[in-house]
Amino acid sequence: MQLTQTQTAPMHRRRSLTDVQIQVLFIAPTIILLVLWNIFPLFYSLYLSFTEFSVIKPDVPPAWIGLQNYNKLLNDPRIWQYFALTGRYVVTTVALQAIIGFGLALFLRERFKGSGLVTTLILIPIMMSPVVIGLFWKLIYNPAFGIFNYLIGYSVPNSGPDWLGEASRALWAIIIVDVWMWSPFVMLLCLSGLKAIPDYLYEAAAIDRASPWFQFWRITLPQVAPLLLIAILFRTIEAFKTFDLVMGLTGGGPGDSTELIAVYLYRAAFTRFTTGESSALAYIILVIVIAVSNLYVRSLNRIRGEQ
Amino acid sequence: MADIELKQVEKRFGEHYAVRPLDLFIKNGEFVALLGPSGCGKTTTLRMIAGLETVSGGRIILNGQDVTWLKPSQRDVAMVFQFFALYPHLTAWENIAFPLQAEGESRENIKRRVKEVAELLRIEPLLKSRPGALSSGDQQRVALARALVRRPSCFLMDEPLGALDADFRETMRSEIKRLHILQNATTVYVTHDQIEAMAMADRIVVMSQGVVQQVGTPAEVYHTPSNLFVAQFIGSPGMNLVKGTWADNVVALPGGNRYAPPDGWPAALHRGLSGSGVIVGFRPEAVQIHPNGQLAAGVYSVDLHGSYTMLVLEMGDDHSIHARVSRDAHFTVGETIRFDLNPSMVRFFDPKTERAIAHSA
Ligand SMILES: Nc1ncnc2c1ncn2[C@@H]1O[C@H](COP(=O)(O)OP(=O)(O)OP(=O)(O)O)[C@@H](O)[C@H]1O
Ligand SMILES: [Mg+2]
Repeated sequence: MQLTQTQTAPMHRRRSLTDVQIQVLFIAPTIILLVLWNIFPLFYSLYLSFTEFSVIKPDVPPAWIGLQNYNKLLNDPRIWQYFALTGRYVVTTVALQAIIGFGLALFLRERFKGSGLVTTLILIPIMMSPVVIGLFWKLIYNPAFGIFNYLIGYSVPNSGPDWLGEASRALWAIIIVDVWMWSPFVMLLCLSGLKAIPDYLYEAAAIDRASPWFQFWRITLPQVAPLLLIAILFRTIEAFKTFDLVMGLTGGGPGDSTELIAVYLYRAAFTRFTTGESSALAYIILVIVIAVSNLYVRSLNRIRGEQ
Repeated sequence: MADIELKQVEKRFGEHYAVRPLDLFIKNGEFVALLGPSGCGKTTTLRMIAGLETVSGGRIILNGQDVTWLKPSQRDVAMVFQFFALYPHLTAWENIAFPLQAEGESRENIKRRVKEVAELLRIEPLLKSRPGALSSGDQQRVALARALVRRPSCFLMDEPLGALDADFRETMRSEIKRLHILQNATTVYVTHDQIEAMAMADRIVVMSQGVVQQVGTPAEVYHTPSNLFVAQFIGSPGMNLVKGTWADNVVALPGGNRYAPPDGWPAALHRGLSGSGVIVGFRPEAVQIHPNGQLAAGVYSVDLHGSYTMLVLEMGDDHSIHARVSRDAHFTVGETIRFDLNPSMVRFFDPKTERAIAHSA
C-alpha cells in the first residue's frame, strides 16, 4: 500500500501541476520586474506628490502635506503658461506631421522608379538619436554658417534670422525639427493603410463616376482614418513629453519661450530637486495625457465601429 | 439606352492573349450573356467595355460614340462586381447614393431616387446597415441598387450570383431578369454557369480560351452548336458525341451500329466532311427507345430523377452516351436496348476541323 502510493503520487502530482506551475514560473519574473520598475515607482511617486520631500536630502523623511503641492501648482500662472505653450506646440506639430506625413504617403503610394529608395531615405530621421538631431540642427540653424537660412533665401551669412536665439521663432524652430523627424512615422502608418485599400473600391468609384477629389474624401480618407488616428495618438502623447529636442536645441530659452511642460518638470525634479512638487506635476501631466488619449481612442472606436 | 458594338477588340497581357479579336453587336435593351469556362476572357471583355481595362486593339462603340479611349466615368455604364465591391465604411444608403452624390445631384433628388430603387429591390429596412452586417444576398441587392440608381444606358454584371448560396441564386436570377424587363437596359452578363445564361439571356456568347465560339439565342447554342466545344459545354450533360466513319451513305458507329442519316444530311456530309471520319451529335432527349430502332446499346446505369430517367448507355467498348427517357419506363442494368434518334435533333461534326456540318436544306 505504502509502496504503491510513493510510486504513483509524484507522477500524478507532476502532471496535475504542470500547466499552472509552468504558467506561474513564466509569468512571475515579468510580474516582479513590472512591480519593481513600474508599479512601485508609480505609487511611490503618487505618495510623494502629497509630501514635502527632496531626494538630495534623503535624511529628511517625506512630510505629508496633503493637497498643498497640487494647490500651489494649479495656482501658479507660470505653470498654466507652460501648459498653454505645450498645447500650442502639440497641436501645431502634430497637425503638421499628420498633413505632411499623409501627403508623403499619398505620393509614395504610387509605385515609381526608385520609390523604395525614397521611402527608406525619408525614414532615416526616425532612426537617429534625438540628441544627435539636436546638435545637427543647432548647426543647421546657425545664422553665420547654417544651411537653413541659405535654403530659405538668405544667401549672405548673418543676414537671416537667428532661429534659436529669438523668442518669437525658437518654438517654431523646434516644431520644424520635430516635424522633420516624425512626419516619416505618420507617413509609414498611412502608407500601410493606403496600400491595404483594395483596388476594386476605386474601380467601383470610377464606374460610379466619382472625381479623384470625391474619391479622396469618400474612400481614401475614411479608409486610412483608423491608422492616421493611431499615428496622431502616438505623436500627441510623444509631443506632450517633448524634452530631449528642446534640451538639445534651446534648453527652454531664450527666456522661457520654449519652456515646454516636460522641460519645466525636468528642471523641477533634477535641478531644483523639489521631488514632492514635481511628482505632483508629473501626475497632472499624466491625467491630461490620459484624458487626451481617451478622446482619440473614443473617436477611433467610433470609426472602427462604422466599418 | 444604348447599343454596344465591339470591333476587333482584343486584349493581350504580355505575349498572352486574354481575348482574341472579337466582333460583337449588342442591340439596345438586349440581355447578352458571356458564357465560358474559367479563364476564357469573360471578365476581361467586360472590363474593356467598362473602361477598367484598356484594349490592346480594336474599337468599342457605345451608342454610336467611339469610347475606346474614354475613362469609365465618361461611358455611362454601371457595373455589378463579382464580390459586390461595396464601400465597407458607408451604409447601404450611402453606398446607393454614392453615384448620385458623385454627380452632385440635389439632396431631394438623391433621397427620392434612393428610396425608389430601394423599394424596387425591397431593401428599405437595410438602408442603415453597413455592408459587413448584411448577408451576401442583401449585399448583392445593395450592389444592384447602386448600379440601378443612376439609370445608366447599359449594365455590366460580372458573375453577380457567383458568391451566393445555390438556393438563393435562383431567387436573385429571376429578380435580375425582372429588373431587366422593367428597366429594359442593355445588359451584358458574365457567367460560367450555362443554366444561368440559358435562363436569362436573349443571346449567349460562348467563349473559350479568349475566342468566341458561337453567338446565338439559348435555343441556337443548345440545338445547333457550331462546334464540338459548344456541343459539349452547353447542357448538362452535354451533347452525346459518337465517333464514326462515313461510307456508302451510312455512318458506321461503335459496337457494330450502322446509322443512316436523316433526309438532307447525306448530301451535306458528302460536301462538308474533310475525310471519312465523322462525329454524330445528339442531345439525351433525342433518343427514342423503339424495339425496331436502328441502333443498339447496353444499359450501363439508370439514374432516376424526379420527372425523368437518365440512362447511361454503352455503345461498343467504353463509348457511353446519355439518354433521357420517360420515368414510367423500366430498364435493368446490363440489358440491351434498341433506339432511334429524333431526325430533327441529329447533328454532325467534322472531327478534323471540330466544326459542325451545315444542313443542306
Ligand atoms: N491583370 C492580368 N494580368 C495578366 N493576365 C491576366 C490579367 N487578368 C486576366 N489575365 C489572364 O487573362 C485570361 C482571362 O482572364 P479573365 O479574368 O478574363 O477570365 P474569366 O473568363 O473571367 O475567368 P473566371 O471565370 O475565372 O473569372 C486568364 O488567362 C488570366 O490569367
Ligand atoms: Mg471572371
